[in-house]
Formats: sequence, structure tokens, C-alpha cells
Amino acid sequence: MAHFTKATSVKDWLNQRLAVEKVEKVMASEYWIPKNINFLWAMGMVLAITFALLLVSGIFLLMYYQPDVKDAFYSVNYTIMRDVDFGWLWRHVHGVAASVVFLVIYIHMFTGIYYGSYKKGREMIWISGMLLFVTFSAEAFSGYMLPWGQMSYWAGMVITNIFSLGGLHMDGLVEWIRGDYVPAQAFLTRFFMLHVLLLPLAIMGLIGLHFAALRIPHVNNQDGEEIDFHAESKKYLAGDKAGSKVMRFANDFMSKDMMVVGIYLIFFFYLVFFQYGFALDPVNFDPADGLKTPAHIYPEWYFLWSYEILRPFSVNIGLIAFGFAQVIFMLLPWLDLSPNAVPASRRGAFNIWFWILLVDMIVLTAMGKLPPEGIFSTIGLVAALLFIILWVALPFITKNEKKA
Amino acid sequence: MHNSSRRGFMGKAFGAVAGVGAVGSLVAMKKTWDPLPSVKAAGFTTLDMTIYPEGELITEKWRGKPIFVLKKTPEMVASQTESQKARDVVVGDSHFMLAIGLCTHLGCIPGYNAAEKSFLCACHGGQFNWAGEVTKVPPPRAFDIPPFKIEGTKIVLGEVGPEYKAMKDSGITL
Repeated sequence: MAHFTKATSVKDWLNQRLAVEKVEKVMASEYWIPKNINFLWAMGMVLAITFALLLVSGIFLLMYYQPDVKDAFYSVNYTIMRDVDFGWLWRHVHGVAASVVFLVIYIHMFTGIYYGSYKKGREMIWISGMLLFVTFSAEAFSGYMLPWGQMSYWAGMVITNIFSLGGLHMDGLVEWIRGDYVPAQAFLTRFFMLHVLLLPLAIMGLIGLHFAALRIPHVNNQDGEEIDFHAESKKYLAGDKAGSKVMRFANDFMSKDMMVVGIYLIFFFYLVFFQYGFALDPVNFDPADGLKTPAHIYPEWYFLWSYEILRPFSVNIGLIAFGFAQVIFMLLPWLDLSPNAVPASRRGAFNIWFWILLVDMIVLTAMGKLPPEGIFSTIGLVAALLFIILWVALPFITKNEKKA
Repeated sequence: MHNSSRRGFMGKAFGAVAGVGAVGSLVAMKKTWDPLPSVKAAGFTTLDMTIYPEGELITEKWRGKPIFVLKKTPEMVASQTESQKARDVVVGDSHFMLAIGLCTHLGCIPGYNAAEKSFLCACHGGQFNWAGEVTKVPPPRAFDIPPFKIEGTKIVLGEVGPEYKAMKDSGITL
């Protein structure tokens, strides 16, 4: 057994048992962050805070929500919205955060692509991040089922139908996922379980992996410069704070981080209090009805780009294109063959590729919302084809890139 | 050496136990997600085919899905093409269009226009005629026909009768 002495203070007592000082150093004061970064490096913290908002608001919603096809709709729209004091607040926070979290995820993702933060030892950060994107998508979808309105029901119908895999007609698999021939009680209860337990557990585990993946390669910087973190941190600790290229995670970096978080939260609560409508589809304020389809079925804005890749093609080709879009981002570190880990602006053709991809995904998002008629369906088709071409072209574009 | 081979054996032995357990749990988990017996038992609907008025579309419900039943008028029956006859469900002297009322494109419910005797899907503009055939894409095929069994003047949906089996075998429905 280790040797313990009489503690001189509470801190010393804890130190002997939990090594709190050491932990604090490893996690915060001697976790080194490059100085050469901008506000986009705060998106990770913004996401962590948004996740916390989702968790807390979710806990309060969970106390009144009834996962029963007869009661679910009223427990949300009557009990929570009218009976429970401040119930509306939790629902609006939850709904707005679920939408905004994807906006920030996309910013976070495209920041990573722009600065090449998926290369040179940072591949695991990218992969764990993309796994988080997938689990967040599943979390958003399962949560969307819970109010059991018309959009919940029909989105559940259409999305689970995708698992019949078109021409393969795997209806048995679809019925297995639903636990019924159509979305019904078994479906609602299992998606409720996924939404409040299994998927949040997976997300928390993946967040841990995402953070752990950062420890060894460290955070990237605005120039993709390879920093000797050991030497630079020595310089900092020796007192040359100005000359060192790194700073402490806490409180140096955190103070700036939380400044961005503060601005974000003002914007966030502005949405919660005054502009929450965008996150609550009016069609979903009709209770689920399996014998009546809404005129237009469309997903939430953050799924529109991949929905638009599915839509313009015939059933089977659409599914293949959709599957392609789901996995291709994951492979980015191996499709980008250039050794340059610098901002896109210094990478010639890759810079053009980056901006075309970004604009293409915005176009896909816009077209996904519009009914697929006339010129919109043509634009949608072209944008979907362009998305696939861009990814197929990426290895060829990056292969002969000059050393930056 | 002696020790490590003993540990190797223990590792393999545990692997075997864990493997059996893992396969067993996966089977249990898979089965737990299967539709319940009550859900499957409720998967049969009996329709009395004598009550339907001619030329009028009635929507029934089977396994939570809308089922279109249209008793054809003598004019409709007389004008049927070969492919339409193949989809015809005959109970006694009556001819019926019997189909799952979901567009074969993405599963929306098409609306029936009684004047034009045709179906229009509001989701993506697909159209079907009174016999259930596609008259305007995107739907890839005619309405699917639910499994049915003719029992006298009744039809049991969910059971496979010889008439349905023939339709399925000849590829008229999936």
C-alpha cells in the first residue's frame, strides 16, 4: 500500500488520494494549444456547450414525455408546452439546439477540411469526428420521432423504408427495425430508448475518443506548422511567454474560447426566445396519421443536402449515391493524397475544390427544400452529380500538388 | 514457456465461453426486436366483398397501411386489357381492384379522382389508372397487391391464396 501522511490541507488530502494537481496540469494548465489560431478554433467548445444544453433540456423534457402512440403528441404539445411551468423553455432550447448543433458541426468540419486538420497524425481526430456526425444524425432522427406528429410519422416511414435497399426489397429488415409493419408503438418505444440512452452513451464515448485523439498530434494551427510542443512549452514555463508558440489550455486559451461561447450563447438564446419557429415544423403539429400523407415531405435543413443526392435519381442509383455521400467524408484523409497540411488558400487546385464543394452543398441544401419540379430538379441533379465528381476527382487533384 | 502455454489455453478457453455468450446474446437481441406475436396476429384483415358499391373507391386498413378496394363497373370489366385482367381480383361474379394504397415511388398515399377514375400522388406527381397501373412516372411499378386469400365471398388479407401466388409468381406484384 502507498504511504499516506497527515494532510496539511484539503487540497493535500485530495492530492495524496487523487493526484488532483497532476490531473489539473495534464488536462488544463499544461495542455498546450498553439497561439496561431482564430475564432474557428472555438467551435469545439461551442459544440460541447451545445451538447450540454441538449442534455440538460432533455432531462427536463424526459420527466413529462410519454413514449406511447396515444399520449406522446399531447404530452409534448399540451403537457410540456402548456401545463408544465417553463416546459416551453426546455422544448425550445432542445429543438433550437438540435438544429444549431448541426450548423456548428458543419462549420467545425469545413474548418478542419480548409486547414488540413485531418492529416499527419490527425486522422483519428477526423474519423472520431465523423463518427460523432453519424451518431448526432441518428440522435436527431430518433428525437424527431418522439412528438409523434405527421412529420415524425412520415419521416419515420420514409427513412426506415430506405433500409429495404431499393431493388433488393428487404422488407423483412424494415419490419424488424420497426417492430411492426408500419411505424407504431414498438417503433416509438425503441426510438425513444435509442434517443435517451444508447445514442447519448455512444456520443459521450465518442466525445471522449475525439478529445483523446487530440492529445498526441495536438491542435492544428492557421499555417499547418509542425510545432515542437515539448520545446515550446519549456520556453513558456521558463517565463518566455511571448516568445513561445504555445499557450496553456486553461486559462489562456479558455478565456478566448469562452468569449466566443458567450457571443454564441447570446445568439442562441435570441433564437430560443424570438426565432424558435424554424426548428419546429408546422406540419408536425398535426398528430401522426398513417392514412394521410402530408403534401410535401422533407427532412430538417441539416439533412437536405444528402436527401437531395438521393432524390433526383431512380430508386437504386439514388440509394447508391446516398450511401456514397454518407461514407465519403470519412475517407477524406486517404483521398487527399497531398502531403501538404496547410490552409486551402495555399494549395492551388485544392482551394478551388474546397469552395466548389462548400457552395455545392449549400445548393443541394436549398434544392432539397424546394419541390422537385422544373428547373429546381435539374439544378438538384447537376449539384448531386457535381458532388460525386468532386470526390472522385479529389485524389487526382491532390496527387500532383506542389510542396507548399 | 510452460506458464505461457497455460495462459494461452486459459485465454482460448475464455474466448470460447465469451464467443458462445456473444452469439447467444446477439440472437436474443435480434429476436427481441422482432415484431411481437400480437402485432403479427393483428396482421390479418377479413373483408366482406359483398358490401362494396360499384365504381366507388373504399379505403380499408391492413397492417397499418391503406388498402384500396374498388369494385369495377361492368364497363370497366368489359374494357380491360390483358395486363389489367391479370391484376383483376374476382370474387364470385364481382371484379375488384385490390391494392396497397401507397405510391410505389416513396410510399405516399395517392388521392383518387372519382371523375377521372385515376389516382394522383401529390408528393412527386405520379399517376395510376383505376386498375392500379402507372400512367405517369416516377413510380417504378403498378400498385403492389397485398397477400390475399379468397374464402367464399370474403377475402383474408395477409394470407397467401392460390390467386395471389399466381400473381406473385408471374411478377404482377412484388
